Amino acid sequence: MHDITSNFITLDAINILYLFGVGFVGGLVSGFIGSGGAFVLTPGMMSIGVPGLVAVASNMCHKFPKALVGAIKRAKYGQVDLKLGIILGISAEAGVLYGAQIQENIKKAFGDAGSNLYVSVAFVVILATVGTFVLLDAWKSHKSGTAHEEEKTSKLAKWVQSIHIPGTMVYFKSINARVSILFTIPLGFATGMLAATIAVGGFIGVPSMIYVLGAPSLMASATELVIAFVMGLGGSLKYAMHGLVDIRLAMIILAGSLFGIQLGAIGTTYVKPFMIKVVMGTIMVIVLFSRGLMVPVYLSQLGLIDKLGEGTVSVLKNTSFAIMVFALMLGAFIVLRAMWQGRQAEKELHATRVLEQGEVEV
Amino acid sequence: MAQSITKKKPVSAMIAMGIISAAMYAALLLNQDLVNNTFGKGGLYALLPIITAFVFSFFHGSFTGHFWSVLGIEASKKKREVK
Repeated sequence: MHDITSNFITLDAINILYLFGVGFVGGLVSGFIGSGGAFVLTPGMMSIGVPGLVAVASNMCHKFPKALVGAIKRAKYGQVDLKLGIILGISAEAGVLYGAQIQENIKKAFGDAGSNLYVSVAFVVILATVGTFVLLDAWKSHKSGTAHEEEKTSKLAKWVQSIHIPGTMVYFKSINARVSILFTIPLGFATGMLAATIAVGGFIGVPSMIYVLGAPSLMASATELVIAFVMGLGGSLKYAMHGLVDIRLAMIILAGSLFGIQLGAIGTTYVKPFMIKVVMGTIMVIVLFSRGLMVPVYLSQLGLIDKLGEGTVSVLKNTSFAIMVFALMLGAFIVLRAMWQGRQAEKELHATRVLEQGEVEV
Repeated sequence: MAQSITKKKPVSAMIAMGIISAAMYAALLLNQDLVNNTFGKGGLYALLPIITAFVFSFFHGSFTGHFWSVLGIEASKKKREVK
């Protein structure tokens, strides 16, 4: 057991408001795309003096109740595939444990700078490939005018659905097909590994459900909340057993994020499905630049390139954090704007119906 | 003939859940030392933060849900189901 209770920071009103606000924006984005927010929350907590591990643990402890509330809300809209979420969530839990072990080994071998470099490179490589792919796909739907139509199943997903491995086939309602769990296990595992590495497993989980398994975007992002709940619950228990969870921080962030996640979940009922891809891809590509800026800092700390001046390191660190905050704020803005437009369109439709049919709904 | 469908806003439920939620947050923030010392012990005490998270999410989650409903921000009536 670690005796770190003395590391629990003193909270003042400004810190509380700050955590509440970041929690709200993070919750809004999570409610919409199924994940996100953690990459700003953890460094955000550290910026007010919370030790790194306590920040990770407290973030995890706000994540699972938030994901639970979001998943229940979106299940009411028929968007959650509980079976897929639980199956992916369990394999994700294994991925979290393995990812944490890799992190620990890297830290032992190369120190903090080596560990940070590994995290940043993972961020850059995954966000560059998956983020660009998601954003390009959303852009293609928009340009080809198919954004309003039902989403098409990718060729890869059709192939995955066509493979029958006896004894491993499970029917998933989101996919409306039977898929071998030998395909879902590695996807869940990768989601967990990413969650343990960059704190946002959904950047793998949601795209893999859409493009590899063939789930609609809305169902994939809602089902990700179930995965986040399973992973978050297991992770929180593990950290809490070591006394690392600062429940005050977790509950204050939760206070804001539960307002946000409800709004984000409501937002999904007003938008076209491709908006999930737009928000997710946009955040991923912007965060990619944020983490990319930190790579030279860690390379310099490891002595792999010339040492950077303190001023340069400080500018890079602050710019990187500012870009991450911008990514989250932009994501939240797109969600709110899309929701607003959807509501306006519905009101206009309703007004037209009232004029035409004399139907009044209060 | 005009049809009228009236939906009652959950004001009293929001107030009730809001009071419970506020009381829980007040209890947490007014007893920070006790909470930190107990919840930070680890081992079996790990169940305390987990139970706390579930209880808070139930009451505060219900409050926030009702909060948006009372403000008139609710799910689209058109697209509740995903095909």
